[in-house]
Amino acid sequence: MNSTTAARLSAWMPRLVIAPSFVLAMLFIYGLIAWNGYLSLSASRLLPNYTFVGFDQYVTLFDSERWWVALRNLAIFGGLFIGVGMALGLLLAILLDQKIRAEGVLRTIYLYPMALSFIVTGTAWKWILNPGLGIEKLVQDWGFPGFTFDWLVNPDRAIYTIVIAGVWQSAGFVMALFLAGLRGIDDSILKAAQIDGASLPRIYWRIIIPSLRPVFFSTLMVLSHLAIKSFDLVMALTAGGPGFATDVPATFMYTMAFSRGQIGLGAASATVMLATVAAIVVPYLYSELRAKR
Amino acid sequence: MGALSIRNVTRHYGTVQILKGIDIEVDAGEFLILVGPSGCGKSTLLNIIAGLDTPTSGTVHIAGRDVTRALPKDRDIAMVFQSYALYPNMNVAQNIAFGLEMRNVPKPEREAAIARVSKMLQIEHLLDRKPGQLSGGQRQRVAMGRALARDPTLFLFDEPLSNLDAKLRVEMRAEIKHLHHKAQVTTVYVTHDQVEAMTLGDHIAVMKGGMIEQLGSPDDIYSRPATRFVAEFIGSPAMNIVAGAPAANGYASHGVALDLSERQRSELGAPRGDGILYGLRPEALSFAGAGLPGTISLLEPTGPETYALVDTPMGKLMARVPGKVHQQLGENVFLRWQADDAHLFDAKTERRIG
Amino acid sequence: MSAPTAAVHGPAWHRWVLWSLLLLFAAFFLLPFYVMVTTSLKDMAQIREGNLLSLPTAPTAAAWLKAWSTACTGIDCGGLRPFFVNSVLMVVPAVLVSTALGAINGYVLSKWRFPGSELMFALILFGMFMPFQVVLLPMSQVLGWFGIASSIWGLILVHIVAGLPSTALFFRNYYVGLPDELIRAAMLDGAGFWRIFWRIVLPLSTPIMVVTLIWQFTQIWNDFLFGVVFSGAASKPVTVGLNNLANTSSAVKEYNVDMAAALIAGLPTLIVYVLAGKYFVRGLTAGAVKG
Repeated sequence: MNSTTAARLSAWMPRLVIAPSFVLAMLFIYGLIAWNGYLSLSASRLLPNYTFVGFDQYVTLFDSERWWVALRNLAIFGGLFIGVGMALGLLLAILLDQKIRAEGVLRTIYLYPMALSFIVTGTAWKWILNPGLGIEKLVQDWGFPGFTFDWLVNPDRAIYTIVIAGVWQSAGFVMALFLAGLRGIDDSILKAAQIDGASLPRIYWRIIIPSLRPVFFSTLMVLSHLAIKSFDLVMALTAGGPGFATDVPATFMYTMAFSRGQIGLGAASATVMLATVAAIVVPYLYSELRAKR
Repeated sequence: MGALSIRNVTRHYGTVQILKGIDIEVDAGEFLILVGPSGCGKSTLLNIIAGLDTPTSGTVHIAGRDVTRALPKDRDIAMVFQSYALYPNMNVAQNIAFGLEMRNVPKPEREAAIARVSKMLQIEHLLDRKPGQLSGGQRQRVAMGRALARDPTLFLFDEPLSNLDAKLRVEMRAEIKHLHHKAQVTTVYVTHDQVEAMTLGDHIAVMKGGMIEQLGSPDDIYSRPATRFVAEFIGSPAMNIVAGAPAANGYASHGVALDLSERQRSELGAPRGDGILYGLRPEALSFAGAGLPGTISLLEPTGPETYALVDTPMGKLMARVPGKVHQQLGENVFLRWQADDAHLFDAKTERRIG
Repeated sequence: MSAPTAAVHGPAWHRWVLWSLLLLFAAFFLLPFYVMVTTSLKDMAQIREGNLLSLPTAPTAAAWLKAWSTACTGIDCGGLRPFFVNSVLMVVPAVLVSTALGAINGYVLSKWRFPGSELMFALILFGMFMPFQVVLLPMSQVLGWFGIASSIWGLILVHIVAGLPSTALFFRNYYVGLPDELIRAAMLDGAGFWRIFWRIVLPLSTPIMVVTLIWQFTQIWNDFLFGVVFSGAASKPVTVGLNNLANTSSAVKEYNVDMAAALIAGLPTLIVYVLAGKYFVRGLTAGAVKG
C-alpha cells in the first residue's frame, strides 16, 4: 500500500469505525420512530394495516377516558415524584455534607435502592402496603386498632403509593447528584460568607442552593424522563389498577398495543409520549451542547 | 538545499487566517526558534511542519523531499511536547523505543538505541520506572530521549520548558543547548519566552498575527530590530519608545528635542509628516550630572543592577543601571544616552529606519 | 473530593438533630429490605399472626426453595430458575458487546473528530432520552423479520442497540480527559488509529471500563420493558418471571415466596453495588451531569 492510499485510509478509518453504530442508531431510533409515527396514522388493530387514516387514532386516543386518566396520573405522579424526590434528595445531600464520620456507610444505604430493578421495588412495596397485612396491620399492632391504610386498592389513592415507592428508589440518586454539586462549590466563597457574618442557614439559602442551579436542571431532566418512562414500577405495584385507576401513558401504550390488539392506538399514545419528552429534552440538550463548544 | 524549507505557507480556518504567508529556509544542523505572543501562529506552524496539520496553501520540504501532504510518521521527524506526552502505561524504556517498535525495528536494535540514548541523557537508572514516578526534569529528558532514539532528520520542540519551575528551566535550557551541540540535528523550537529564544537559537523568527516580523540571528534581532513590535518584544525590561513629532531641526517629543547623530539624520532623509518613533533600550540610559531631567517613580533593585522608572517630560522611561543606586524615590535625576544608541522607526509603518 | 466546610457546629443538640434525621432516613431506606428478608424467612402462618417488622420465630428457607424451583409463574410452575438462567444468558453478551462498542465509539468521538462528528454524537445521544415505547411496535416487527422475535438473541440485540448512546457517552466523556498530545505523540511515533487504541488508550481505560460494565449490567439485568415485550415463552428474563410470580391470580397469595423471589431477582445487582458501589455512583453522575 503506497503512502497516499495509506493516508486516505487512515483519514477515513474513524468514519468507517463509527459508521456501523451510527447507522444502527439512526435506523433503530429515527427509522423506528418514523415507522411508529406511520403506524399511528394507520388503521392497525391486532396486526399492522398500513391504510392511511389520518389522525383518527389520535382522535380516538383523546376521546378515551382511560387515556385522560393516564395523563392525569402522569401529572400527579410526575409532579409529586419530582418535587418530593428533589426535596428529599437535596435535604439528604445537605445533611451528608455536614462532615459526618459515617458518610460512606450512609451514602451506601441511601443509594442502594437505585441498584434494584423497579420490579423488585414494586413487588416489595406491594407487600409493605398490603391492605390487611402490611403497614395497616403494623400500626394496628402498635396500638391503633382503627387505623386503615388501603391506598393500594383505593382508586383515588393508589397513584400515591407509586409516588412513595418511586421516591424511595430515586431519592438517593438525587442526593448523589446534589452532593457532587455541593462538593464542587469553591470553599473560598463559603469562607468569605462566614467572615461576612452569614449564619449557616443563610449561607445555604442565599449562596449554596442558588449555585446548584445547573444540578437542579440536570436532575429535573433525569427525573422527568424517569417519570415519563415509568412502566416497570406501575406494572409491579398496581398493574395499572385498581381497574385503570393508576394507568400511566406507558402502561396504557403497552396494554393497547400488546393485549388489546390496538396497535394504531398504542402507536399514537407512544408518539404523544415522545413529543412530551422531546419538548423538554431537545432544548436542554441543544443548550448544553452549544455551551460546550 | 536546506534541511527544512517552508514556502509561502498559509492556513485559514473559514474566515480566520492563522498563517498569512510564511517563508523560512533552515540549514542542516541549525537551531531555529519560533517566538511570539499567544495567537501568533507559531504552534500552528509547528504542527504543519510536523504533519499534524495541513497548510491551506504553500509547501513544506524536509531534506529536499516535499512532505506537505505526508503523514507525520513518514516525515522522519521527532517532537517534544509541552506536556511531554509520555505514555503513562509504559515504562521509560518502552516509551523511548515505542517509535522504533511502530517501525518494526528488530529488538536488538531497539535495545541498542535505548542504551545509546539513555547514556547520552543520563537516564539509565530510570529505564524501569513509569512516567508517573519521575520528576519534571526527568520526564523532559525521557521525552527528548524518545525523540533522539528515532535519529530523525528534524527535531521539533513545542514549548517544552513552560511547565518547569524557574530554576529547572534554566538547567534544562543548558542541557538542550548542550545536546544540540553534540547531536547536531536540525531543530525547530517554539517558545513564548524571549530569553529562551535569545540563548538557544542560531536564528530566531519573531512572529505576530500569522506573519514573520523578523528572521535573523539573536544579535540581529536585538541590535537591529526590524519593527517596533520586535523591538518591544525582545529584551527585558522592554525598550522605551517615545513618539517624535517633526520640529525645528529634527524631531521632538513633548517639546524636548531628540538627539540625533549625523548618520541618523542622513538615514532619516526628508522630514516625515507622521513623525518617528524613538526607541531606547533601558541599558542605554544612565544617570548623569546633566541631561534629560526627571523624577524617580519606581526603583527595583535586582542584585547586579537596578531598574529605575523615571518620570520625564518625554514620558516615563525605564533605565537599567549597574549596581545599586544612591538616589531614592521622588528624587530628581538626569538621564543621558548616546544618540547612536537610539533605534528609529517610522511612526506610520512602525518599520526600522536605517 | 474536597472537604466540605459548610458544616454544622455549635451546640451539641444541633448534632443530635442532624444524627436523628440521618438515622430516620436510614431506617426509611433500610426497612423495606429488612421486611423483604424477614418475610421471606417466615411461613404463611407467622406472616398472618405477626406484622411487617416482627422477626421470624422459626426461620425457614422453604420460601426460597419454592421461589427458585417450584413457584408458579403463569402456566409453568418451575420457579424463577429458568428465568434467572435466561437473564444470565442475555446479560453477559449484551454487556460485553455494548461496552466494547461504547469504547470504540467514544474513542472516535473524542480523539478523531471530523466534520459532522459532533452532530452524530448529538443524534445518537437523543436515543438515551426517548421513551422506548416509541420503538416497541416497529422493533417487534424487525425482530420478527430476522427470525429472532421470541429468542434471547432478540433481547440481546435490543439491549446492545439501546446501550449505544449511554456507553458512547461514558467513554467519550472520559477520553476527552486524556491529553490530545498523547495521541499526537503516538502519531508521530508512527502508530495509526488501531495501534493507538490498543497500546495507549485502552490500557488507560480501566476506570471507565468498570463504570460502564457495572452500569450496563445493572440496566440490562433490571430491565423489564424489553423483557416483557420482546421475549418468547422460553426466553423471559428474571424480572418478567418475578412479575408473573408475584401477580399470578392463584387462590392463596404466598407473600414469603414473593419476597424470596424478589430477593433472588435483586441480589445480583445489589451484590455488585455493595462490592463496587463507588464506581456505580461515578456512572450515575457521569450520565446525568453532562460533561
